Amino acid sequence: MFQQIRANKQKSFFLMFFFILIIAGMGYLVAYLYDDYFWFGFFLVAAIIINFFAYQYSDSIVLKLSHAKPVEKKDNPYLYNVIEGLAIAAGIPTPKAYIIDDTAPNAFATGRDPKRAVICVTTGLLQKLDRLELEGVIAHEMSHIKNFDIRYMTMVAVLVGTIVLLSDWLRRSFIWGGGRRTRKVSTRGPAALVFVALAIVAVILAPLLASLIKFAISRQREFLADASGAMLTRYPEGLASALDKITKDTEPLEVANKATEHLYIVNPLIEHRSLINNLFSTHPSTEERIRRLRSM
Amino acid sequence: MGWIVLILIVVVVLYLIGLFNRLVRLRNQTDNSWHQIDVQLQKRADLVPNLVETVKGYAAHERGVFESVTQARSQWQKATTVGEKAEATNMLTGALKSLFAVAENYPELKANQNFLMLQEELAGIEGKIAYARQFYNDSTMSYNNAQQTFPANLFARNFGFNPREYFQVEEAKKAVPKVDFIS
Repeated sequence: MFQQIRANKQKSFFLMFFFILIIAGMGYLVAYLYDDYFWFGFFLVAAIIINFFAYQYSDSIVLKLSHAKPVEKKDNPYLYNVIEGLAIAAGIPTPKAYIIDDTAPNAFATGRDPKRAVICVTTGLLQKLDRLELEGVIAHEMSHIKNFDIRYMTMVAVLVGTIVLLSDWLRRSFIWGGGRRTRKVSTRGPAALVFVALAIVAVILAPLLASLIKFAISRQREFLADASGAMLTRYPEGLASALDKITKDTEPLEVANKATEHLYIVNPLIEHRSLINNLFSTHPSTEERIRRLRSM
Repeated sequence: MGWIVLILIVVVVLYLIGLFNRLVRLRNQTDNSWHQIDVQLQKRADLVPNLVETVKGYAAHERGVFESVTQARSQWQKATTVGEKAEATNMLTGALKSLFAVAENYPELKANQNFLMLQEELAGIEGKIAYARQFYNDSTMSYNNAQQTFPANLFARNFGFNPREYFQVEEAKKAVPKVDFIS
C-alpha cells in the first residue's frame, strides 16, 4: 500500500515533466514553422503555468466541469453517514461530499490529498443503490483517496485534457492558417520536408500518446481500489452488486467526457464500456471486476 | 575486528530507533482509533433520551423496553475500561434493537418525521461504530504484532509498550445453541 502511495507521488511528478515535454515539443514545432522562437518560450512558460494550476486546482476544475454541487450534512444525512463511516474505517479525515444532478448512477473521488478530498456521486446513484451497495461504492472511492490515486488521476484529467485541446487547435491551424506564414520549405531542402511531416505526425500523435498514458494508469488501480474497498466494508458483494447495477444502467452521464471518464467508478461513456479488456479501455471490464470481488 | 563491532553496534542502535518510532506511531494510531469508537458511542448514548421520548409519545405502555435502554445507557456512562465499555455497548445495542422492534408495531410512530430522522442517524452511528471497531481492532493487531514478533519482543516491554485488548463483539451471538435430544 505504501509502495502504491509512493509510486503515485512519483508518477504525478513524472506526469508533470512529461506534460512540459509534450507542450514544449509542440511549441518548438510552432516556432519552427512560424520561424519565431517567441512561440517556443511562450509554450514552455504556458506549460509550467498550466502544470502549477493543474497541481493546485485540478480538483476544482474537474468538479466544475462535472457540474458537481457541494452538499451539507443536514441536506443529505444518509450520504454523509455512509461517507463518515467509511472514512473512520479507512482512518482518514472525512472527505467532502458533492452531488451531480443526473439520473445516471456513477461516482468519483478527487482532491489533492486525503485532507482535501472530495467524493462526488450522482443523484441516480443515491436513488438506485441500497445502503450496502452505496457503502461498497464509497469504500472504493475511499481507497482511491487513501492511496493518493486522486491527485494523480485528477491531474491526468486536466493535463491530458489540455494536450488534447491544444493539439486539436494546432492541427486546425496547420491545415487552415499555416500555408501563408510558414517558412518556405524549399529553401530548407528535403530534410526540412521530412521534419514538417514528422511534426504533423507528432501533433496528431500527441493526443493519442496522452490518452495512452491515461489508459495505462487506470486498470490495475481499479482492481486495487475494489480490493481495498472490499477490505473496508468486509462485504465484497455490496460493491459487486453495485457495479452490476451501474453497468446495466443505460442512461448516459452527460457531464462526463474523454478527459474525465477514467475518474469514474464505472466508465460513464457507455460506448467505451467494453465487455473484454482491450488496449483502449480506461477500466477493466466490469464482469472481470465483479468476478474477482465475488471470488474473495 | 574493532570495525566489525562498531558496525554491529550502529546497526543495532539504528534498528532500536526504528523499532521505537514504529511502535510509537502504532500506539498513537491505536489510541486515536479507540477515541473514534468512543466518540461514536457517546453520540449514540446522547441520542437515546431523545429517541425514548419520541417513542414514548406513541407507545407509553411498553415500559420494559424503555427501562432496559435507560439502564444500558447508564451502564455505558459508568464504564471506563475497554472491556466494560464493550459490554455496555453490546447491552445498549441489544436494548435499542428491541426498542425498534417494538416501534414496528406502531405505524404512526414509523411515519413520524422526527422518528425517521433519529432512525437514520442511529443507523449511521451504528455503521460508524462497526467501522471504528474494525479500525481499532486492525490497529490493535498491527500494534500487538509489532510488539510480539521476534526480535521486537525482546525490547518492546522494556520500552514501555504493552499489548492492547481487542474490542469484542457480543459473545452470546457466537455461542453455539444447545440442542436437546432427550425430550
